[in-house]
Amino acid sequence: MDRKTDSRTGRMYVVCAIAIAVVLIYALRLFFLQIVDTDYKLTADSNAFRRDIIYPSRGLISDRNDSLLVYNEPSYTIMVQMMEQHGVDTLAFCRAVGISRADYIARMEEIKDTEKNPHYSRYRPQVFMSGLSQEEYARIREKSFQFKGFYFEQRSTRVYGGSVGAHVLGDVGEVSVNDLGRDFYYQSGDIIGKLGVERSYEKELRGEKGVRIMMRDVRGRTLGPYKDGLYDTNPVAGKDIKLTIDIELQALAERLLEGKLGAIVAIEPETGEILCLASSPTFDPRRMTGSERAKYTATLQKDLRRPMFNRAVMGTYPPGSTFKPTQGLIGLQEQIISPSTSFPCAGGFHFKGLHLKCHGHASPLSIVPAIATSCNAFFCWNLYRMFGNRSRYASQREAMTRWKDHLVAMGYGYRLGIDLPGEARGMIPNADYYDKYLHKWGPLSVISISIGQGEVTATPLQICNLAATIANRGWFKTPHIVHEIKGGTLNPKFSVQHRTLVDPMYYRYIVAGMRAAVTGGTCRAANLPGLAVCGKTGTAQNRGVDHSAFMGFAPMDKPKIAVAVYVENGGFGAEYGVPIGKLIMERYLYGKLSEEAEHQATVMQHRHITYQLK
Amino acid sequence: MFTLKERTSGFYVDWLVLVCYLLLLAFGWISVCGASHEYGDTDFFALTTRSGKQLLWIAFSFGLAFMLLMTDEKYFDSLAFPLYLGMMLLLLLTPLFAGNIKGSHSWIKFGNVMSLQPAEFAKSITALALAKVLSQFGFDLRRREHFLQAAGVVFLPVLLIILQRETGTALVYLSFFLVFYREGMTGSILFAVAAAVVYFVVGLGYADIVLPGTTAYVGEYVVLVLIWLFAIILLRRFVPTERIKLMLFWGILLTLGTYLLSWLTGGFDVSVVQLLMLLVLVLYLVWQGLGLRGRAYYYIASFVVGSVAFLYASDVLMNHVLASHQKERVAVLIGTESNVTAGGYNVHQSMIAIGSGGLSGKGFMNGTQTKLKYVPEQDTDFIFCTVGEEQGFIGTILVLFGFLTLILRLIYLAERQTTAFGRIYGYCVASILLFHIAVNIGMVIGLMPVIGIPLPFFSYGGSSLWGFTILLFIFLRLDAIDRHRVH
Repeated sequence: MDRKTDSRTGRMYVVCAIAIAVVLIYALRLFFLQIVDTDYKLTADSNAFRRDIIYPSRGLISDRNDSLLVYNEPSYTIMVQMMEQHGVDTLAFCRAVGISRADYIARMEEIKDTEKNPHYSRYRPQVFMSGLSQEEYARIREKSFQFKGFYFEQRSTRVYGGSVGAHVLGDVGEVSVNDLGRDFYYQSGDIIGKLGVERSYEKELRGEKGVRIMMRDVRGRTLGPYKDGLYDTNPVAGKDIKLTIDIELQALAERLLEGKLGAIVAIEPETGEILCLASSPTFDPRRMTGSERAKYTATLQKDLRRPMFNRAVMGTYPPGSTFKPTQGLIGLQEQIISPSTSFPCAGGFHFKGLHLKCHGHASPLSIVPAIATSCNAFFCWNLYRMFGNRSRYASQREAMTRWKDHLVAMGYGYRLGIDLPGEARGMIPNADYYDKYLHKWGPLSVISISIGQGEVTATPLQICNLAATIANRGWFKTPHIVHEIKGGTLNPKFSVQHRTLVDPMYYRYIVAGMRAAVTGGTCRAANLPGLAVCGKTGTAQNRGVDHSAFMGFAPMDKPKIAVAVYVENGGFGAEYGVPIGKLIMERYLYGKLSEEAEHQATVMQHRHITYQLK
Repeated sequence: MFTLKERTSGFYVDWLVLVCYLLLLAFGWISVCGASHEYGDTDFFALTTRSGKQLLWIAFSFGLAFMLLMTDEKYFDSLAFPLYLGMMLLLLLTPLFAGNIKGSHSWIKFGNVMSLQPAEFAKSITALALAKVLSQFGFDLRRREHFLQAAGVVFLPVLLIILQRETGTALVYLSFFLVFYREGMTGSILFAVAAAVVYFVVGLGYADIVLPGTTAYVGEYVVLVLIWLFAIILLRRFVPTERIKLMLFWGILLTLGTYLLSWLTGGFDVSVVQLLMLLVLVLYLVWQGLGLRGRAYYYIASFVVGSVAFLYASDVLMNHVLASHQKERVAVLIGTESNVTAGGYNVHQSMIAIGSGGLSGKGFMNGTQTKLKYVPEQDTDFIFCTVGEEQGFIGTILVLFGFLTLILRLIYLAERQTTAFGRIYGYCVASILLFHIAVNIGMVIGLMPVIGIPLPFFSYGGSSLWGFTILLFIFLRLDAIDRHRVH
């Protein structure tokens, strides 16, 4: 009996051992679950939190005189939560929102279609309708208490104050897949600058998104902020931007270009600030917002005149005679010519069977009258002598390289670095280029580069930059479109003086020539009473009708504005380039147009050119 | 006249058990607060909230405990059978006037105020009846009629509770087998039950995985090897050690040899060889039994045959007999179904909740998983998730060891009892608590199947809390009287 009781008491230890074993096994399991394995923690976070993005307001854009060009306006989005939306008087709702019943049904079906709307949930608000104006919102808001399950969400849309400056201002739109890959800041559906300043200053304008961490339950229902917003971050508003553009000058420039293809650029020589930058045809920035954007963009892209192409910085044209001052400067600096060197011109450049026509003027002539009358022969001789000068250059190749270096220093052949997207670099050929395409070449085979033809191309911006450089007698600052970033700093590269390789003293001959062109040469029409205007026409040869170009600055001493005009197929430089350039300078320097000038402007506005576009 | 000492000893109560009980209740209530309160409202005491109601149930429990401590212990003994019969009648009638709550017909509603689950109270009454039966003079569980009598007392409520569709609660009664074991039931029955669980889990859990180098399935193969090992272990008391060593040596050599051969020849079904080994073993045992006239050989032989039969029967059961939701639960348990959105969802979410707690937890009321309703039954069956998430590893370990202390103390007290009635009842209490804890926490941490039984003192609900309080305090009263008697 005793032995039996003992053996049974021994069983007590078996029972105890079972209990201890269970607890130890569970403790070990918990140790692995809670201490060793970190996966569960991460899963829990993504399970229970939703990150709400708070969008900052985008920076405003104003012109150099502080007139507001681009701002934001609240727009409203109607959201619907299907779970709560029942028993709503559909007809009353449709009437309030201003849609038909069929629209309503179709939209609801669209929301529920998980193919079109992959993130659909009955528990999360879905976009029903977006882009409502403040007035529309106010009208629906009054009755909104009747419409259970419908919510309003405030977003902001970009508003463009006027119809001008589209190429400068640009536009905004939804990020592309490319943008998403480039910058992790963006999420699908975010807004990003697409063109113009909106794009080039995207980082300054966009500000910084804020995050609100919301807790949600298993069905995705939001329960409120996590820890009362302890880990939330507030959005930082985008920085406001002040442009260098004078919007009224810009408006005039666009007006003068109406019905023509071309570009006008005006620069303040001392600062490199761009006063106006027009490209024609242009488009209406006001229509580049909201739901209309996609449709409008499509029609613009189909237009053969390419209105979205910013000719002022993207278009590369033969600079024609506007290029001649550079050749004069190079000749003087390289001591190929002296200010008194004269070349004969008998109706053009005739040498070894090569004939390059010129128009009638006195002969022989030196650099100043050669600029004033835009003599082709003078600059051909100048280049011929330079490339053939074996006492100065060991080879033709070296001379060519020297020539190219001069032009690069003047801002040709490479991008100037303007703060607008898509700038083209133009073309200044070098010896390698000719070796490759011409194999055997001499000064005569490339002679047309001396008068801004042939392989040489430049953007209207580069042409204007040349005018500014001459106005400054030998230096320029990189042209730029932004004057000030409120609360930020401008890129320091815009305040650097770039010197050309030409001695400033040689510039006075060029200035004298350009002044003479206005007083008694090719651009007499640019003359302004009381102001010493300097100018140079350009008539760029082309397969079709010549391009009409003008480059000038005023006043001659202490210049305030440098301008370049380029009108495609406009014929002689004096035809379009000179009168347009004159009006721009007049408007800027006098602050307004005289009655006569206003009349000239209206005439110019209505002088349209017919283009054969394919 | 009682002396002062006698008067106070009449109020004796085991302080360690009482402290464990109060601490677990407090910890439990904090967990209910953390799990049940809706986001944004913080009034734990309002009677409209789950935490407020639970506080009320706790207050009632204290009243019940006090009443039980004041009760004359003779009633427990003398009323054991009448109470048992009354309870069985109640269990029988419950489905007739019980509503349907989540498929269960076990709740009796009292108006709209509250509903009680008689099955929760049946546990302590069955324990009393069992203690009464087993403590009868000359009662021996190794005698078949006595064993069947005792088993009958246990299985009658099991049957009635299954009729109420409360399978989980019914399974709790299996814990009485631990009491039977303590009271003399042969250990081999316990061993057989344990072996059956192992076969079931391993055999089905790895049923579809092919053993590398062979064409046999891992589950089947491993179970066959285990059966052979278990048989050898059982045999060691009846066969000289040298022969056991010889059998082990040849068995291992044969097993490894065939496996190697299979690997070299490109694979065949090695399970067949294991089956042949077992067949040889059974023939040997029968021959031994015939020669030595020992019944033990036949028992071991039938264990082997039964085991093999069970292995293949469970496969048939799983694939042809069980309903889909039952199969799913089994599959989730043994880890063959990893589909987190279906049956595994609850367990998966509860493991995320516990795992995210880390060492020290997210702090009271900061649990995101449980509070945001990711975890189902968050304040009842899955309440342990809240402990894990909000109090971390430190909290879960404290709770586990709190329960362990309580159970070990109860076993110690039970062994100390001078009456068989008190001892048996004490073991019943310890076994029921152990079963609840093992199954509930095991389920929450993914080691046990999803069986809906509450965690004692933690899970929200009056019935289970009062059930456990009554269970525990009847024993504390018995123990108090026993102390009084000893002094």
